[in-house]
Formats: sequence, structure tokens, C-alpha cells
Amino acid sequence: MIQKIAIGVAAAALLSACGEAPNEAADTPVVEAGTIAAGENFAADLQTALIEAEPGSTVTLPAGTFQLVDGLSLDVDGVTITGAGEDETILDFAGQTGAGEGLLVTSDGVILQNFTIRDTKGDGIKSKGADQIIYRDLTVEWSGEPDESNGAYGVYPVESSDVLVERVTVRGASDAGIYVGQSDNIIVRDSLAEFNVAGIEIENSTNADVYGNTATNNTGGLLVFDLPDLPKIGGHSTRLFNNNVSGNNTRNFAPPGNIVAGVPSGTGIMIQANERVEVFNNTLADNRSVHVLLVTYSPEFEDERYNPTPRNILISQNSYERGGYEPQGALQLLGLALGGQLPDIVWDGVDRWQGGEAVELNLAIDEAETVGYASLGLTEYPLDPANLAPDSTRPTGTALERLPEIHLSHDK
Amino acid sequence: MRAALAAIVGLWLAACGAAPAGPNMDAILAAKPAPSLADYGLFRDARGREPAAGVVGYDLSNPLFTDYADKHRYAYLPEGQAATYSDDDVFEFPVGSVLIKTFAYGERYIETRLLIHQADGWQAIPYIWNEAGTDAVYAPIGGRMELDVVGYDGVQRAFTYAVPNKNQCKTCHQNGDELVPIGPKARNLNLSEVNGANQVADWAAFGMLEGAPDTVPVLPSVWDEGADLDERARAYLDINCAHCHKPSGSASNSGLWLEWTETDPVKIGLGKHPTAAGRGAGKLQLVIVPGDPDQSILAFRMASQEAGIAMPELGRALTDAAGVELIRNWITEMETREEE
Repeated sequence: MIQKIAIGVAAAALLSACGEAPNEAADTPVVEAGTIAAGENFAADLQTALIEAEPGSTVTLPAGTFQLVDGLSLDVDGVTITGAGEDETILDFAGQTGAGEGLLVTSDGVILQNFTIRDTKGDGIKSKGADQIIYRDLTVEWSGEPDESNGAYGVYPVESSDVLVERVTVRGASDAGIYVGQSDNIIVRDSLAEFNVAGIEIENSTNADVYGNTATNNTGGLLVFDLPDLPKIGGHSTRLFNNNVSGNNTRNFAPPGNIVAGVPSGTGIMIQANERVEVFNNTLADNRSVHVLLVTYSPEFEDERYNPTPRNILISQNSYERGGYEPQGALQLLGLALGGQLPDIVWDGVDRWQGGEAVELNLAIDEAETVGYASLGLTEYPLDPANLAPDSTRPTGTALERLPEIHLSHDK
Repeated sequence: MRAALAAIVGLWLAACGAAPAGPNMDAILAAKPAPSLADYGLFRDARGREPAAGVVGYDLSNPLFTDYADKHRYAYLPEGQAATYSDDDVFEFPVGSVLIKTFAYGERYIETRLLIHQADGWQAIPYIWNEAGTDAVYAPIGGRMELDVVGYDGVQRAFTYAVPNKNQCKTCHQNGDELVPIGPKARNLNLSEVNGANQVADWAAFGMLEGAPDTVPVLPSVWDEGADLDERARAYLDINCAHCHKPSGSASNSGLWLEWTETDPVKIGLGKHPTAAGRGAGKLQLVIVPGDPDQSILAFRMASQEAGIAMPELGRALTDAAGVELIRNWITEMETREEE
């Protein structure tokens, strides 16, 4: 009897394989974009929906905590992925064995909202070449104490234009919580970055507004960097305003080799090698190394397109409360030379590179007289302590015409 | 009963095999992938061993490493049409072309990936074989399977094999906004000993390729120990890494570009700092430190099997030990050369 059934099944399978119209569309694995059911096929159903979603459709995630082994990816324009809420829908990647991130987006016009991504092996959510993206009401986190083995970036848009990150929480990233790289036209607002190495970092990017955010308990709060040897260099035109940047005193737990491994624990805002950055109306408190740090990129480089200095910088009307009281990292020795403490705003004093002539950086400081300032007077890199020539005379730069507000076409 | 079953199967095979329909252009050009590999008519048998008329086997001078799997490659071009030759880029294939690659361990077929050139571009479509090897079904989300198999190096290993999903196919096959084949470039196809003839010349003679010049770029065999070490290493990086690590690839933002044609030492990694590697950098400072493979991120990531560190990110669960050794030797030799 059993054998008969087996034959019946085998024959049926053979018949269907042979007789099926060859050009008929596959119908077995289709899951319409829609609500993904909770259950043991969650991961497969979700990835299928992301692959087969129609442009402009919404993929809805149910409430629940879901273990994922593989990274997810989306490559369809205009798709919205929405969960039941940051506390309700949790995608847990603690057992991840494949892919470099939890979720990879490579299409335009995507909205990600209302869910949590936890404990990915690499980056949390990466979007590459994904224009008009919105990250909204999301949490990306690594649980436990800050750790070198955590993923690098929490929210990681790169090589994109029109990037909106709002009301996002990122904690535990071993590089930057919210990192926008090699992109143009950017808003990061009303977000919380805590217990990351860098809270929020804008790198090799142009035209960014960063406001209304809280960066606390990171190694460094807000970073604006430009690096050589990348396809897009020459970062410029970033405004940091109305942010709360306080208590960024977590030890630097970045794996050595990464650029942020050099950020001193206790840094509020750091600007390295960038042009036209405005820092205004921020609240800076309890950053033990320094509240605002302006530095030149110090390693050797060969990229002829690259200018390693911070230039045309405006620091204006921020509030400063207790900072620079216990300088860390590279600032520790320099701090000792200044009596063990650093003032609110510190410039490394480097205005030339690789044997070149001094250039005018146009650093403008528009702050009350009570706000401390020092140039370390280092002149050039590599760092030579003999060059140390601290000077508290404020630079005489003048503010350029103020940068315009960033508008994003998809920010309604 | 067993005999009866065999008889039924035998009858069915005979009936099915009696119609050698050949490649089915309706299935090839359909908007949605066919449910079974067999529907395309690319093979005469259900087991995918015997190519249909017009489906031509080919080899690459240096294959991408995929967990010690054997690879069987075929190309199908619509009758009477030819691909257009290019010195450096993938040949331009006519619409209706299919590139077929089966991953196998000996007689155990695992998956067959199709790249189909449709009017609006290339489609990457994965099929997974059943364990009996009698049917391969469409698998848009790929899959994982526990294998205990003997690789092409003769070593038996138990591991989890990952079939990439459709999006992951695109990650490696991306060129700007397009999806393109990786392998069939002049320098990869320029092999002399395939069916006793040069493969590029053979394609031209077959009418599959037009515009081929007399002199075709050639890559050294990665495993030819008599060849120049620098060229062997660069050829290895070209086929294993450069599909992503190029200006129009999915790792463009890293600034680490590993194509055979790249000449800037920093872009190849010499003295280059990591960009967004995170813990993937393994606490090392530079992608390549000449003379010191232990301090070179490139060798570290190639040797790793851990998600978030391992490179390539996709397509392997195991480490290509011979590849790692080649790259380590190449890095070690760099210093020697500078001292010379």
C-alpha cells in the first residue's frame, strides 16, 4: 500500500514536470507585498516579498521578535517597509552567518520605518546608491556593553542623494551610529545616538543639515570628516545646529585601523578636513576631552584632489558647560602641556601639509568672551611635540554668507 | 514493485526525451522565471548533463572560488546571432542569450544559475537541484543546505552551502545601474586548450562572436607557478574581487579597486586605510602592507569565514586556502622587490 502511494506520487510529480507549459510563470514561492506572517517561514517570506514587491508597494512586518540568519536586501524602487513599532517589531541578527549587513537597500525612494534591527554582524542597515531614502522611527542597536566586535555602522546611507534620517535611535556601533558617506543633500534630525564610537558622522559628503539630535555617551558626539582615496572627496557645506551633545565620554572601542579609532574619548563635535561647516545653537555639556575640535587629517596621503584641512568653519552661539576637564587619547599629552585641561574650542593649529606652504583656513568663532579657545600651534603633521605652541588668541576668520537650509523633495 | 516504478519512469523519460525541442525562446523571454530549469529546454536530459543543440560549453581561465565546487558553464545564443567582442569588457550578447552555470560536487548537482539577456536587461535566476538530481526548481530567495561533499581539491568537508538570492546575484553582477555577466570577457575566455582549439577563436568560428581581433588579451593562469607572481595575484583578485571592487561595482564606495586594469597602487590597497571596514579590518591599519601579509587587511579578510569580516561577503562559506596563500606570497614578495 505504501509502495503504491509512493508510485502515485512519483508519477504525478513526473507528469507535472513533463506536462507543464514551459513558459508559465512560477507560482509556488510568490508572496504578494503585504503583511508578512509571523511564523517559522518569516525570514523566507520577508525576503521573497522584498524581491517580488511591486514598485511603490508596502511590505508590513508583524509584531514580534524574529531571528534572522541571513542579511535582507531590497532592490525595488519606492517600496516602504514598515513594522508595528520600534518596540514591537524586532529583527534579531545575533545568529547571522551571511552578508555584510542586516538590511541592504539599493533602490530609490525607499521608506524604512517602525522596526528595530538588533545585533547584526556587520552594519545594521546600509543603503547604497539609494536616492530619496527615508529612515524614520527606527532603532538599530547592539545589545550589551559597547564592544569592538559590534558592527561598524548602525544606519549607513552611502553614495546617495536626498537622504532623510529622522527619529532614529542607534546604540552600540563600533564606528558610527548614524553615518552618511559620499552622499549629497542630507538631513539627519531628531535622532538619538548613544554608546557608539561616533554618534553621528557626515563623511565625504556635501550639503547636510544635522539638527535636533541628541548625541550622548558616545566616544565623540558629532563628526564631520573628509578622507582621501575615496571616489567622492571634498566634503563641504554641513550645518550642525540645535543638537544636544553631552557626556560623550565612552571609551573608544573602535577596532584600530578605522579612522574613528583616533577620536579621543570625551569629544563633543569634531571637524576634520572639511570645507564650510557651521556649528551653531548646540548645547555642549560634560565632554571630558573637548567640546569642539578642529583638526587636519594627519596620515600621509597621495590623493592630489585632497585638502586635509578644516576651512571656512563657523562656530557660533553654542552653549558650553563643563568640558575639557580630563583630555583623553591624543589630546591627553597636549592637554597636559596646557595644564591638564583644554578649553571649549581647540584647533590643532595645522595649516599646511606634506611640506607645502601655509594656507588661510578662515576659522570664524562667534562666541561669548567666556568661551575658551586654544590653538595647539602644531603647524603640520606628522605630529612633533616640539612644535607645540599653544595660543589662546582667537582666529580672525570671518563668516561667509550663511549656508542655505537643506530641502529634500521627498520630505513632506 | 520497484521494477514497476522503474518501468514507469523509463517510459516517461523516453516519452519526454523523444521531443528534443531545444531552447524555448518563450520561456527565455518570459517576464517571470520558469518554475523548473527543464522548462527552458537548455538540456536534453532532466539531469542537466547534456546540453541541447546550440548550447555551448565554455571555460574561464580563472574561475571564481565557490567552496571548492565544480562549475559547468554553457552559453546559448539565439540562432544566427553573435556576441560582440570587447578587449576589456564583457562581450555584448544579443537579447535572448542565456549564460548557464551549474555548481556541483562531482555528480551531486547543487544549483544552476541562469543569466538571461532580455530586452530590458539581464536577469539573474537561481535554480536549486533536488537531492536526486532530477529537477532544479526556481529559488528566488536562494537557500542554505548542509553538505558533506568532496571538493575539486579531493578533500571532503561538511559545511553549510548558501545559494544566493536574486538580490545577492545583483550585488556581484552590478555595473552601475545595470546587471551584467562577469565571466565572459576576452581575457577570461582566451584559453588555448578547450576542445583542442583557442576558445575565443572557436566562438568566432562558430559564429557566436564577431569582431574578435587576432591579438586577444590574456590572463595568466592563477595556478601556473611558472607565471609571474604579480600577474597571478592580480588575475586572482580580478576574478574573485573586482566584480564588486571596481568604480561601477557594489563596493565602489570603498575606493579599493582590484580590476586587472587598475594601475594606481593606493586603489589596489598599498598603503590604503580601510574605509568602512569596522571590525572587518581586524585591528590592522592598512589594506596591504608590502612585505607583511599578517598586517594586511586583504589577506585577513580572505582568510576569515565570519559574517561581517569574510571577503567576498557572498558566495563562499569556506576559505580558498590556495588563494590566501597566493595573495600572502604576493604581499610578502612586494618588499623583496622594492629592495632589489
